[in-house]
Amino acid sequence: MRIFTNANYDFIRWRWHAIILSTLVVGAGVALLMTRGLPLGIDFSGGTSLVVEFSQETSLDRVRSAVASLPGEEVIQQFGDPSERRVLIRLPQVEGAEEGAGLEQGAIQVEQALRSAGLPAFEIANREIVGPVIGADLQRRGIYATLTSLLAITIYIGIRFRFSFAVGAIAATLHDVFVTLAFLMFFGYDISLNVVAAILTITGYSVNDTIVIFDRVRENLRSKRKEGLEHVVNLSVNQTLGRTVITAGTTFLSVMALYLYGGEALEGFAFTMLVGVASGTYSTVFIASAIAIILSGQKRRGDRAAASPTEAPARQGRKQGRARAS
Amino acid sequence: MMKNMQWRLGLIAVVIGLSIWSFYPPDEKVKLGLDLQGGVHLVLRVKTDDALRVETETTVERLRDALTRAGVVYTRVEATGATEFRVEGLQDDAAFRAQSADAETVYDRSSEAGGYTYRIKPNIANQLRTETVTQALETIERRVNELGVAEPIVARYGAQDRILVQLPGVSDVRRAKEIIRSTALLELRLVEQGPFPTREAALQAFNNVLPADSEILPGRTEGTGTAGTAGTVYYVVKKVAAVKGNDLRNAQQSLDEFNRPAVAFTLKQDAAVRFGDFTQANLGRGLGIILDERVMSVATIQGRITDNGQITGISREEMLDQVITLKSGALPASMDYLEERTVGPSLGQDSIRAGVTASLAGLGLVVLFMLVFYKLTGVNAVVSIVVNLLILLGLMAFIPVTMTLPGVAGFILTIGMGVDSNVLIFERIKEELATARGVRAAVNAGFDRVWWTIVDTHVSSLIAALLLLQFGTGPIRGFAVTLIIGLLSNVFTAVFVSRTIFELVLSRRQHAQALSI
Repeated sequence: MRIFTNANYDFIRWRWHAIILSTLVVGAGVALLMTRGLPLGIDFSGGTSLVVEFSQETSLDRVRSAVASLPGEEVIQQFGDPSERRVLIRLPQVEGAEEGAGLEQGAIQVEQALRSAGLPAFEIANREIVGPVIGADLQRRGIYATLTSLLAITIYIGIRFRFSFAVGAIAATLHDVFVTLAFLMFFGYDISLNVVAAILTITGYSVNDTIVIFDRVRENLRSKRKEGLEHVVNLSVNQTLGRTVITAGTTFLSVMALYLYGGEALEGFAFTMLVGVASGTYSTVFIASAIAIILSGQKRRGDRAAASPTEAPARQGRKQGRARAS
Repeated sequence: MMKNMQWRLGLIAVVIGLSIWSFYPPDEKVKLGLDLQGGVHLVLRVKTDDALRVETETTVERLRDALTRAGVVYTRVEATGATEFRVEGLQDDAAFRAQSADAETVYDRSSEAGGYTYRIKPNIANQLRTETVTQALETIERRVNELGVAEPIVARYGAQDRILVQLPGVSDVRRAKEIIRSTALLELRLVEQGPFPTREAALQAFNNVLPADSEILPGRTEGTGTAGTAGTVYYVVKKVAAVKGNDLRNAQQSLDEFNRPAVAFTLKQDAAVRFGDFTQANLGRGLGIILDERVMSVATIQGRITDNGQITGISREEMLDQVITLKSGALPASMDYLEERTVGPSLGQDSIRAGVTASLAGLGLVVLFMLVFYKLTGVNAVVSIVVNLLILLGLMAFIPVTMTLPGVAGFILTIGMGVDSNVLIFERIKEELATARGVRAAVNAGFDRVWWTIVDTHVSSLIAALLLLQFGTGPIRGFAVTLIIGLLSNVFTAVFVSRTIFELVLSRRQHAQALSI
């Protein structure tokens, strides 16, 4: 089966529409971020999370009222399938009682409150307590890892291609990170360690996608440079469209399997990947190449004279360009 | 050509064989992380300041002794913090300096406001801190081993003063935490007065001014038996201990005269001699057995005691735990818990089941997708996915890499994203076929032209994965390592294995005109 046989869509014509659409989504995400703040999970903010497994059916409301009297705002959720009778209880960082013996105070209070509320017998299936020191440490390392990874990839693409391409690829990747964050906020997911891992994976995936197109652009520029960068980019996007869609498809399918069957603990991770893969595919086609073209300062298609020497591709292309310029 | 082929097929067979041998049977060979197996993950911080404080206090005590012996007049020699002390009111500076030379090997002296301030030298402070953490690490290791946990992990973690403890399959977290953290500092000290019902009452007995060499410590009421914290009483005890934790030779389970649980301990030779003299000199006075700044019991010294004693009035559980902690030695400093993650075994089981289901579902979907899109050539991709997964599992068992929940996610992603290289190649072959240069030329061109694209995509993914590895703790590292191994073995399977299969198929049909792709 062949999809997109001799595809010839004019993606580049849509670049401004795409940029506006993306700006809107990212803008909405940023606005949400400014008003509500990043919804950090306990891995980063510190706090306590308990998964309580009841021996018999009970209602979330009964659990909620049992712990209502405790200080701070508790979050009570069904954990996994209702038939498993597991309830997630999350507590914010207890003020004052920071480390040491005070660390598990919140967890102990919850257990006592549940016991005295006459709920069915229960077991603690999972208990996570993260102190503020570790949380702050992870925040710092998470930001550091994301930024370093973006920087390292920019340098690599800058070396292998050229700077305007690197900027295009990174813009597309940043776009995906922000779109993913925006969707996480829209759908009420917390930023956990797993989610950050997924975001870093998305940066790798998104850049991958972009590189495939840029590689093709570089190759096409060797034989078709007279037709102008814009045309060549559009051609390359079309030529690799089959691959872009199929790879997105297989990745999406495997992540979907993870989302559907991977269990509660990996749901945030899988959701982040689903959004990231979709956004990555879109940004590869519409954003990365558009920015590469805009930064290269090319004029509209057909304006062949505009192919100035400095726009030549890296490696062989660059050498030719220099030769012509001198 | 054929010879080359045999060599390639042989290599592939060996790689597959080694991989399967490495991870089979998987329940034994693939190590499971705490999130899949159940257990507890703890991060502790060693308060290394404690060790420095002891060093400073000991130095101060020694200096005072030396000054007094040499008849040097001073008004104040006192610790002002964990790492510094003050000396004031000296009249004969030269005589003082003769005595302070010892302290100055460890402390820097500076003249400040009519006296000297001594601060510990930074390199020595650092060395002391490192030693303290190492000692704590060794002590915790001994305790964890006494607990009888299979394959525990006790290691340094991130910042200098942090220790990671992982105990797979432990269900009684509270007890494990207590045993790990209890300082287990055993001291025998003289009791001045007590017991008092409250701290205030103890103070009043001394007209609210405690002698400089004494302090008030909480204790337990004798006679309340195993009721534990039923009543707290207070004792006024000497600050200086006659016997300290490191004088201890051994501790073991025992029974007291009423057949109640007790811990019997024996002292080292030199401590026993000292203790003998000490008890002789203090006949008829109260002797307190103090564990972690808490008076466990007080007995009147009836006669000369040399090398053994007993902690009584404790419950059976306390006895068991105290034997473990006393035997493993005292911790050089107290510790805080910074992080605790406990996973119950049932949740871990469910996660394993979910992970296996998701992996199989992901694999099934991707295989179906590839067969629909690429027909017979899709089989080629399926073979390379499966070989990729076998190598991944094989290397994970060999290195070994612990399989964690995010690791499972990395496994599934390897299925979905690893196929990308195959797709790149197949799509290129399709394009080349359209230019009608023949199947063989198209296949060769497909592989050759895409090679650098595959290198570029793998390098950029590796960059992200390596930084993830550097960022991550436990489970996330598992994910990163899975991704990295998956990426590397993918180059082998998608390029080498896949191409070999193509050539094997084409060598049977010398003049192939069509390819099922």
